[in-house]
Amino acid sequence: MCGIIGFIDRTKSRMDGSSIKAALSLMNERGSGDGAGYAAYGIYPDYADYYALHVFFDNMAESKTKVDELLQQWGKIVHQEEIPTTPQPGIKKVHTPWRYFFKPSEDLMAGRMASENDVVTYIVMEVNANVKGATIFSSGKNMGVFKASGWPEDVANFYMIENYKGYIWLAHNRYPTNSPGWWGGAHPFNLLNWSVVHNGEITSYGTNQRYVEGYGYKCTALTDTEVVAYLFDLLGRQHELSHEMVVRALAPPFWDDIDRMPAKEANLNKAIRLTYGSALMNGPFAIVVGTDDGIVGFTDRIKLRPS
Amino acid sequence: MLGQRFIGDGLRGNARIIINGVPGGDLGMFMSGPTCIIHGNAEHAPGNTMDSGMLVIHGSAGDAVAHSMRGGTVFVKNNIGYRGGIHMKQYEVEARPILVVGGTAHSFLGEYMAGGLVLVLGIGKEKAMTDRGIGSGIHGGEIIVRGEVDDYLLGVGAKKFKFTENDLERIAPIIKNFCEQFGYDPAEFLDTNYTRIGPASSRPFASKYVWE
Repeated sequence: MCGIIGFIDRTKSRMDGSSIKAALSLMNERGSGDGAGYAAYGIYPDYADYYALHVFFDNMAESKTKVDELLQQWGKIVHQEEIPTTPQPGIKKVHTPWRYFFKPSEDLMAGRMASENDVVTYIVMEVNANVKGATIFSSGKNMGVFKASGWPEDVANFYMIENYKGYIWLAHNRYPTNSPGWWGGAHPFNLLNWSVVHNGEITSYGTNQRYVEGYGYKCTALTDTEVVAYLFDLLGRQHELSHEMVVRALAPPFWDDIDRMPAKEANLNKAIRLTYGSALMNGPFAIVVGTDDGIVGFTDRIKLRPS
Repeated sequence: MLGQRFIGDGLRGNARIIINGVPGGDLGMFMSGPTCIIHGNAEHAPGNTMDSGMLVIHGSAGDAVAHSMRGGTVFVKNNIGYRGGIHMKQYEVEARPILVVGGTAHSFLGEYMAGGLVLVLGIGKEKAMTDRGIGSGIHGGEIIVRGEVDDYLLGVGAKKFKFTENDLERIAPIIKNFCEQFGYDPAEFLDTNYTRIGPASSRPFASKYVWE
């Protein structure tokens, strides 16, 4: 099950979150009240040059001190605050959602990291794997993910989602079937500007996880969808594949289809399958991925999802 | 109309429903008798388990069109998504569902089909069907496709049969009705340039479920 939505205004004019809240609530029967979330692009124009890090803290003493220290080792926090929330009867506030606006400093990076994106990716992995009681669940620029355990409307009301205006919105209503329902396991899953909402399951998760972990990503969210965000970052950002080629690698044509293609196209598709065999995703899935310049929707090759 | 689900579901009797816009999923589910004219596209599974009556869709439709349909008629002017006619069934001749698609269909057309008729005309297409898995798991009913069908498009347990003058005589009234709904000239479809697809044997999957 699960319900997913994604839309973009191609003129980049921004829409507040009230419509997507209403739209997602129409699919309440596709969820179980164990998770819902929203991703919006264009919401932080005043801090557009800074990474907006959204963090779940279990406690504001030890965990937050460690994250503060790590950020200061790599750059500058220009602003930070608790993400505004209002209590909802259906939501137990087990974490404190916090946001930092952060920029890596060139002098601190010099000789250690090649790009700001590499620094932020490192920080996200380090915190999520090694800082107890802290989870960075959103780390893009001028965008943010808002998620929790609860029903779509409750989560939207909890974060007052109508106060944010974005030109891309993704939303997800969760029905966890084989992994635990917790705040960090709700969708969208995010790294840098990549956000992912997903209906279905990725039965190749083990293979995909081992593949991305070989490149330094760490899967810590206890559910399969997380790996899709890292696959997009690896192939789309680090390997600089076009968005279309990333999708081609994750859900490639069958071998017998490739055999029937003209030689040039067949060679390209063979090369992608051979190079990215471990990135291929198996199982039933319907996925929407957002980034700052667009969204892409794709399904498993025999369309076992959406259902 | 924009996305309202479950229109005409379980409705019985002699009614006529006109829909302007795009209805949501499961249009005409369990419907028994009414005629529904849709001036627009349809979402997933119009005609789901429909009993009798007619859906006329002046556009395209999503996945699982005519899912588990057991009687009546679904006409789609343009294209349909994946798994059209999945699990269609019939009871002798009095309850025989019919799905006609003017354009083309995606993969797994007539999957696990147990009865009824699926007809794909491929209007405006070089080939009526280019997606794989036609009739995958079929054990009853027939899928008739305009023109030739490449062997590699056939699903597991499906087989091609020659389309005869007798077959044409059987489906001619259906073609005429379809053309009347959408303003086509039936003459150009009334020949034997079709491929008929059905189950490869009377029990194609016997060995999968029983030990003899």
